[in-house]
Amino acid sequence: MARTDVQVMLDVKAGDDASFDFLLQKYRSPLVNFLNRMVRDSATAEDLAQEVFLRVYRARKQYTPSAKFTTWLFRIATNVALNSVRDTRHQKMEVSLDAPMDDGDLAPRELPAREMRIDEHMVERARTEIIRRAIWSLPEKQRAAVLLHKYEEMDYIEIGKILDCSEGALKSLLFRAYETLRVQLSPLVSQSAAHRAGEGRPS
Amino acid sequence: MKCEDAGNKLMAYMDRRANPAERNEVDEHLAGCAACRTRLAEFREIWNVLDEVPAVEPSFGFDARVRQRVAAQPQPRRWFGWLGIEPRLAFAAVLLIALTVWVAKMPTSNPGTTATAVAIQQEDFNAIKDLGVLENFDVLTKFDSLSVASASAAPQQEKSQPDEPTAND
Repeated sequence: MARTDVQVMLDVKAGDDASFDFLLQKYRSPLVNFLNRMVRDSATAEDLAQEVFLRVYRARKQYTPSAKFTTWLFRIATNVALNSVRDTRHQKMEVSLDAPMDDGDLAPRELPAREMRIDEHMVERARTEIIRRAIWSLPEKQRAAVLLHKYEEMDYIEIGKILDCSEGALKSLLFRAYETLRVQLSPLVSQSAAHRAGEGRPS
Repeated sequence: MKCEDAGNKLMAYMDRRANPAERNEVDEHLAGCAACRTRLAEFREIWNVLDEVPAVEPSFGFDARVRQRVAAQPQPRRWFGWLGIEPRLAFAAVLLIALTVWVAKMPTSNPGTTATAVAIQQEDFNAIKDLGVLENFDVLTKFDSLSVASASAAPQQEKSQPDEPTAND
């Protein structure tokens, strides 16, 4: 019978380094992706993901399974990300959808899902960049809520525990966030509709 | 239900995480509100658009860097390792214990002890006071001069001892 993550973490607490390695393998991608979407810069995201694993290791002796392991893990990750965003806020330029795109910010190991023409690839990258900027333009707590809700597919109770807010407050927070995204990404929605309509047409 | 209340429940309705009671409420509202139906359709579009952001993979050296940082962490000490944590603290504790023991062994000046000491002094005084020699004033007045005289005469007596038989003669 497979161990739950809580049991694995308890093994880490008991001094089993192989169990820590297991958690590292399992959660490195979700954490790097979450942090990459939170802090905009992929190098910083990797540094922060390492910091999260280091904090998990340091806290192993004090670990008590009072919640799901992912709740504990992403609560650490969210705190690390929010601290980083607040510390570097003064260094960052204000995010604008009109600002020129910066290819250097793109994640280094990102690959297109399928083979496509260069112009298609460029269009897709441009769309992706617009979506990223729209997410980054959200206030930090709304951004974290959307990322945990949309990409980590967590339930409302778990996200509420991570962000330290009630279920009702979280739903309101999410509504405001998706409302902002709905307005900012509406041009992409109409492009998608036109694209789908074009695909449906006989050639 | 107002549009604002429905709005807060639209995401849970859309991602199917709303409970049956909430779904019924939203269904009833949507049946009579074209604006919220449009908003829901747009939320669905946005939900799909957000899927276009591709996932990234950690760089190749990620695991190694984490392991390196973990290995650099101080290891937990063994049961006897506490002495090594703060030698100065241990020394200070020993010093404090020694000082406490020393202070505890010192004679204390409580009222009972003082009364005993006064009683002993009084007893000694009474014993001296009752001595008959103290009533002989002459002995007392001559005592000092006798002792001085005997002290100065002693060396002479030592010197004159060989001549004693002659003097007696």
